[in-house]
Amino acid sequence: MSWTLIIFWAFAGLAIASALCCITRRSPVASALWLVVTLFSLAALFVLLDAQFIAVLQVLVYAGAIMVLFLFVIMLLNLGRQGPTDVKGPLGVGVAALLGGVLLFQLWILRHVAPPDAIQLPPSSMARLQQEQGLVGAIARPLFDTYLIPFEITSLLLLAALVGAVVLAKRKL
Amino acid sequence: MSASALQLLWLVPALPLAGFVLNGALALWRPNAKAAVSTIGVGALVLAFAAATAAVAEFARLHQAAPLVFRYWEWMPVGDLRLDFALQFDQLSAVMALVVTGVGALIHLFSVGYMHEDAGYARYFAYLNLFVFFMLMLVLGASFPVMFVGWEGVGLCSYLLIGFWFTEQINADAGKKAFIVNRIGDSGFLIAMFLIFRATGALDFGPVFGRAQAVFPAAGTTITAVTLLLFLGCAGKSAQIPLYTWLPDAMQGPTPVSALIHAATMVTAGVYLVARCNVLFALSPLGSAAVAGVGALTALFAATIALKQWDIKRVLAYSTISQLGYMFLGVGTGAYAAGIFHLVTHAFFKALLFLGSGSVIQALHHAYHATHSHDDAQDMRNMGGLRRYLPWTATLMWIATLAIAGIPPLSGFFSKDAILGAAFALATAEPIWYVYWAMGVAAALLTAFYMTRLMLYTFHGPTRTGEQERQHLHEAPWVMTGPLLVLGLLSLSGGLLNLPELMGGGAFLHHWLEPVTALADRMRPAVELSRVVEWALLSGAVGVAALGIFGAVRLLKPEALLPARLAPPETGLGRLLWKKWYVDELYDAIIVRPLQWLAREVLWKSIDARLVDGLIVNGSATASRALGWLGSRLQTGEVGFYVVLFVVGVLLLVGGAVR
Amino acid sequence: MLLGPALFVSAALFTLGVFGVLLRRNAIVIFMCVELMLNAVNLTFVALAQRLGVAGQLFVFFVMAVAAAEAAVGLAIILAIYRHRGTVNLQNINLLKG
Repeated sequence: MSWTLIIFWAFAGLAIASALCCITRRSPVASALWLVVTLFSLAALFVLLDAQFIAVLQVLVYAGAIMVLFLFVIMLLNLGRQGPTDVKGPLGVGVAALLGGVLLFQLWILRHVAPPDAIQLPPSSMARLQQEQGLVGAIARPLFDTYLIPFEITSLLLLAALVGAVVLAKRKL
Repeated sequence: MSASALQLLWLVPALPLAGFVLNGALALWRPNAKAAVSTIGVGALVLAFAAATAAVAEFARLHQAAPLVFRYWEWMPVGDLRLDFALQFDQLSAVMALVVTGVGALIHLFSVGYMHEDAGYARYFAYLNLFVFFMLMLVLGASFPVMFVGWEGVGLCSYLLIGFWFTEQINADAGKKAFIVNRIGDSGFLIAMFLIFRATGALDFGPVFGRAQAVFPAAGTTITAVTLLLFLGCAGKSAQIPLYTWLPDAMQGPTPVSALIHAATMVTAGVYLVARCNVLFALSPLGSAAVAGVGALTALFAATIALKQWDIKRVLAYSTISQLGYMFLGVGTGAYAAGIFHLVTHAFFKALLFLGSGSVIQALHHAYHATHSHDDAQDMRNMGGLRRYLPWTATLMWIATLAIAGIPPLSGFFSKDAILGAAFALATAEPIWYVYWAMGVAAALLTAFYMTRLMLYTFHGPTRTGEQERQHLHEAPWVMTGPLLVLGLLSLSGGLLNLPELMGGGAFLHHWLEPVTALADRMRPAVELSRVVEWALLSGAVGVAALGIFGAVRLLKPEALLPARLAPPETGLGRLLWKKWYVDELYDAIIVRPLQWLAREVLWKSIDARLVDGLIVNGSATASRALGWLGSRLQTGEVGFYVVLFVVGVLLLVGGAVR
Repeated sequence: MLLGPALFVSAALFTLGVFGVLLRRNAIVIFMCVELMLNAVNLTFVALAQRLGVAGQLFVFFVMAVAAAEAAVGLAIILAIYRHRGTVNLQNINLLKG
C-alpha cells in the first residue's frame, strides 16, 4: 500500500468519523466544529486528488467563511448551551436509517455501472495540465475563457444573495 | 362568349352566396332597406341565371361527351382520400342549374311582391339566396361530399324558411319535423357514401362511376345496399313513402318558399341523385325496382290524400309528393331523361300553381286583414268565384292545371306520358312494371280530378269569402303576375323540350342527356314498343286525364259548399282521406311515442340521471374529492415531514435511474 | 487510482448528510448536513476531474459560490424565523400549509 493511499484513507476516515459526530452531537456548536474537521479533511483529500487550488479555496471559503457564518448565527441565536436534544424519536431514527440505507444501497449498485467511455483518459492528465500551466493557471484559464459568462453570472448570484440576506436579516428596512 | 363562360362557372353558385352575405348583412344592420335587398336578392339570381345560360351555351357548342370538372382547391386530404372542392358541369348539371336559377329568379321576383310588407324581408331574401347557393352546390358538385354539403345546406335553408315565422309554435314545429325527417334520410345517404368509398376507394363522381362496373358485381348485395340507402336519402329529401310526412307540414313557410324549395327545386334533389348515380342503380335491378315501386305507390297514395284536403297549399303539397313519385317511377324505370323531363316541366307548372295560390292567399289575406276577420285565408271553402277578382291568376293556374293533368299539348302531358310509356315498355320485359304502370295511370286520373277540384272550388261557383271582404279582393301587382306569366308560357311550351319522335319531334332532352346515361342505358334490357301501342298509350293517357277533369266537373258542386266555419265534419272514406290515412297518427304511435318513452324513461331518467349524472359525473367528483382529501392529509405543514417525503421522492427517482 | 476510494468516501459522506437531515430537527444542524452533502458532491467532482479534465474542478468552484450564497440567504431566513417564532426547531415550524 503506497503512502498516498495510507494518507488518503487516514483523512477519509477522519472525514467520515467527524461527519458522523457532526450529525449526532446534541449541541449545534459541537456539530459545527466537527463539520469544520470534515471540511479540513476533505481539503486534504482534494490535495491528494490533484486539486490543490480547490483545497485552498475549501479552507478559505468553507472552513473559513461559511462555517464562521454558521457559528456566528448560532451564537447570535444563543443556541450554544446544552438544550433538550433535537434528534427525532425512535420512529424518526428508523425512517432516517431506512432511507439512508436505501440510498447507500443504490449508490453501492452504481459501483457496477460501467464508466462512460470518456473516463478512459490517462489518470495523470490533470497533473500534467498543472505542470504545464501552473496550479492556478490550469483553473483560471478556462474560467476566464470557456466559462466566462457563468463566472460573471456567479457575481450576480452573490450580489443577489447579499441583498437578500440583508433584507431578510434586518428588522426593519 | 368564348371559353371563358365555362371558366366562370364558379360565378353561378358564388353570386347567390354573395347575395346571401350582402342580404344577411343588411338583415342585421339595415332591415328596412327593402329596395337594396330586392335589387341584391333578385339581381344575384338573374345574374346567376345569365351565367348559367352562358355556360350551357358554351357547353353545347363544345359537343363535349365527358363531364367537365373544375377543381378549385384541395378540401380534405386524408390518407389515401384526396377530396378536392370541385364543380362538375355536364348535361344533367346544365339542366338542373338552368331550372334552379331560372325558376329561382322568377320566384325571387314574385317574392318581392309577396313578402313586401313582411318585417323579415331582408332575412327572407338572405335565406332564399343561401338556398339557391346550396342547391347549386348540390347539382354542380363533382363528388359525393360536395354534393352532400349542398344536400345538407338546402335542408338547413328549408328548415329556416319553413320556420320563417318562427314566433308561432306550429311553424317552428313544422321546420323541426322537416329537419328531423330529412336527417333520417341523410343517414342513409351517408352510409351509402361510406360503402361506396370502401368499395371504390373514391368519392368523386368520375372514378366512382368509372369503377362501379368493375368493383360491384351486378345485382350484388353491396350495390343493392348502396342503392337502397341512397334511395332512403332521396325518400327523405324528395318526400317519398315512408318519409313524406314533412312536406305537407312544410307549407307553413311563405308560399314562394313552398314554390321554390318544396315544389320546384329542393325536393327534386332525390330525383337528381338517382339520375346522377344512374350507373349504380342500373347495376342493381332490385334497387331500381324499389325506386320505381316506391315512386308509383307514392304517386297514387299522395294523390288519394290530395282528393280531400281543403287547404289549397296542402292539396298542392300532396300533388307535389305525387308528382315526385312519378319522377322516381321514371328514373327507377331507367327512363332518366323522362324523369328529368318531368322534373323540369313539374318545376314550371308546380311553381306556377304555388305562386298562383300565393297570389290567391295574399288577396284573401289582404281582404281579411282589411275587415279584421280571422278566417283561414288558405281554406278553399272560404274561396270560390275568385276568377272574377283574379282573372290573370285564374287563367294561368288553369294552364298549369291542364299541364299537370296531362292534357296535350301542354308540357305535363309529354313528360308524364314519357314516364308511363317507359314503364309500360319495361313491363314487357319485367311484368312487375305493369303494376307500377297501372298505379301511375290511376294516379294520373286522381291528379286530374283533384286539380280540377282545386280550381273549381277556388275560382268558380259562388264567392264564399264574405260580403265585406269581397270589395278588398284584387289582382296582385305586376311583380307577382309577371313571373306567373313567364311560368305559364313555360308550362304551355315546355313539352317542346322533349317532343317525342313519335310525333315527329326531336326528343331534344333525351338526346342531350344521352352522354350522362349512356353507360346505364347499355345495361338495361332494350325494349321497344310498336307505334300502335305507343299511340294507344298516348290516347289512353289523354282519355284518363279528360275523364278526371270531366268527372270532377260533373261530380263536384261548388255551389253547395259551405264556408269553413260552417262546414260539417267529414265522414267515412272522406274522413280517412281528409285525415291523410292517419299516417301521422300512426307514426306518432309506433315511432314518436315509443322513442319519447325511451328517451324520457330509459335514456334520461335511468341512463342520464342515474348512470351519467350519478355515477360518472358525481362519482368522479366524489372520487377526486376523496383523493384530494387524502392528498391534503399529506400537507401537515411540518418541514421535517416534507423533508422525509422529498427524500423518498429523490430515492424513487434515483432508483429509477439506477435500475 | 484514487477514483474508486474517493467515490466511496463521497457516497458515505452524502449518505451521512441525508441521514443527518432526516435525523435532526434543528434547522441550523440540518443546514450543516446540507453543506455536508454539497461537499460530498464536490469530492466526486474533484475525483473525476483527475481524469476528465479541469471542468470538474471548475464545477467545484461554482458549487462553492452557490453554497456561499445559499448559506448567507439560508442563515438569514433562519434568523428571520427565529425572530418570528422564537425557535429554530422544525417541530414548531409548521406554517407551510394552505
